Amino acid sequence: MRLNGSQILCETLLEQGVDTIFGYPGGAVLNIYDALYAYQDRIHHVLTAHEQGASHAADGYARATGKTGVVLATSGPGATNLVTGIATAYMDSVPMIAITGNVGVPLIGKDSFQEVYIAGITMPITKHNFVVRDVTELSDTIREAFRIANSGRPGPVLIDIPKDVTAAECEYEPQAPVEVRETYDVTEDDYKRLAAAINAAERPVIYFGGGVVSSHACDELRALMHKADIPATNTMMATGVIAADDPLYLGMIGMHGKVSAGWAIDKADVLISIGARFSDRVATNTNRFAPDAKILHIDIDAAEINKNMPADDFLVSDARTFLAGVLPYIKETRHDTWRAQIADWQQNLDYRPKDAFDCLRPHQIIRLCAELGGEDAIFVTDVGQHQMWAAQYCDRSHARKFLSSGGLGTMGFGYGAAIGAKVAKPELPVFHITGDGSFHMNLNELCTTVTYGLPVITVIMNNQVLGMVRQWQTMFYGKRYSSTTLERKTDYVKLAEAFGAQGFRCTTPDELREALTRAMAHNGPTVIDCVIDRDERVLPMIPAGGDIQNIVAD
Amino acid sequence: MQKYIVSVLVRNQAGVLARVSSLFGRRAFNIDSLTVSATTDPKLSRMSIIVTADEQVLEQVMKQVSKLYEVLSVEQLWEDESYCKELVFVKLRTEDALSRDAIREIAEIYNANVVESVKNAMIVELTEVPSRIDAFLDVISNFDVIETCRSGVTAMAK
Repeated sequence: MRLNGSQILCETLLEQGVDTIFGYPGGAVLNIYDALYAYQDRIHHVLTAHEQGASHAADGYARATGKTGVVLATSGPGATNLVTGIATAYMDSVPMIAITGNVGVPLIGKDSFQEVYIAGITMPITKHNFVVRDVTELSDTIREAFRIANSGRPGPVLIDIPKDVTAAECEYEPQAPVEVRETYDVTEDDYKRLAAAINAAERPVIYFGGGVVSSHACDELRALMHKADIPATNTMMATGVIAADDPLYLGMIGMHGKVSAGWAIDKADVLISIGARFSDRVATNTNRFAPDAKILHIDIDAAEINKNMPADDFLVSDARTFLAGVLPYIKETRHDTWRAQIADWQQNLDYRPKDAFDCLRPHQIIRLCAELGGEDAIFVTDVGQHQMWAAQYCDRSHARKFLSSGGLGTMGFGYGAAIGAKVAKPELPVFHITGDGSFHMNLNELCTTVTYGLPVITVIMNNQVLGMVRQWQTMFYGKRYSSTTLERKTDYVKLAEAFGAQGFRCTTPDELREALTRAMAHNGPTVIDCVIDRDERVLPMIPAGGDIQNIVAD
Repeated sequence: MQKYIVSVLVRNQAGVLARVSSLFGRRAFNIDSLTVSATTDPKLSRMSIIVTADEQVLEQVMKQVSKLYEVLSVEQLWEDESYCKELVFVKLRTEDALSRDAIREIAEIYNANVVESVKNAMIVELTEVPSRIDAFLDVISNFDVIETCRSGVTAMAK
């Protein structure tokens, strides 16, 4: 059938299984929005307050579902406003398609109104990007973009479409959705070799990351842990993959990870890294990370092997394929002495915050949300202290229930991402855990949750300061609180009400329980201002460049 | 740190050079030289890149470059096991006949050609493997060099 570029875009998105996109209109995408008007019963377009919010929403949608998030923006500032969202998705390997309009082909390169070379700008933060200069290439380019976004290590792809291409016509032939089939250069001998190393271990530890989530390997991971009796610790990106009550679960590793998990890594003789990349927040000092261990590194991205840490042995594979392949060669065994040693560390060394009744403490806020939200609730965070507290205490027991900007550390990610998660999973409670610093960055998206009636529950850990930076200033900069004391006069209850949402202010656990209960019964967004002490710190903490011996836990 | 030759076959598309050089910039890899040239297939181009790196960085260079969509293959070449040449022009100030003779003598040793000789100046051209070019430039630097221009390497596996 003969269609114009905008219709072809809609048809190809539908063909690829897309039914929801996030975006913001503008001059260069007028034709696309005109087509979306006609396709509105088949493509749900969520209009945000700002393109950045739309980009985080597409990201949150993808993280909550495993599907590809799609964001649409106009040329120039519309496109540049996507940059932070694209970079966030890139750092956390989230499949995303960003579609930008551009000025017509004859106007490109002339500094035309709202013209920017977004392909150049996003080159280092996308897996690939395309400028489509000919409408006959549009549908295949979109298909290729979906293939790239979902193959190997997932990530964002940008497609820039000049305005005249969105109006030009050509024949369109529907095709089946792109199917990504991965093959790896792995033999049975590789599995046997790695299994032998695992079987020979006396003090094994599994260290797993987001790759387990992207490859849907949670069941296989649990199977390996329990067959070979191997304790496992996760990066923040894999929060929820293993339930907190699993006896082999060590909790999170890294700068704010469990002390016992840190010691387990430190004393391990074999470290099995699955879908993780030894980032500087985990291997805070690569020279002294797992110093006694033979390191087995399994990652889908060959470039991760030997990048941050040298591997003693490795396999380039997705986590699920590896786990399924190695499992038959794994001996059923017990590591009782090792487990007892770890239990001893857990008992004696792990940090346990004290509850309070007359004020709100961060761990209690998160635990209350977890208790009232139940195991299906999705926690979406911004970045800072609240993010770490949420990771430490949210106790998720499934993957894709804790969505957070790990690699880029994007303050302002949370609200947009929570919108994406709630649009994707309207039946599940969605908590947007944020701080007063982060919330101010993208609170404009309150208008979006109100307009669409999205019951996102925003919980602000309000300490009147930029808490994480302040914590570093407290510990390493002689308490010189340069530009971190906010003391803003924002009244969050009135703010919520001004946008058309409901707001509460809480200072005790009882008040918070009441507010959360009302928020969960409410058919629209809620903002809960939780007043906490400005000197609350995220503990434990390994200072940058330090190792487990330098951990601060009180 | 050592010099390595990396030969990269890429799709001949707009922006491919920018993509490769952006990757080098972002990951702080050092490019000594980079040449892009046509192949017999108009859809493909060949990049020959000299990087200064240690082995671990070289591994990263090759793996990261491999991940680019437009890159079809990445291989390491060795100067003595591949055809690998670079062209250099050196312009020298020559005030007297003595220095002109000395330059000619060195040029002869290195199989370099004097391609221009005017009053007070000469231009010498040499096509050689990079290490020989380095050696030649080292020797010639004892003279009054006005400017040099190296082409960057072009290389092919045997």
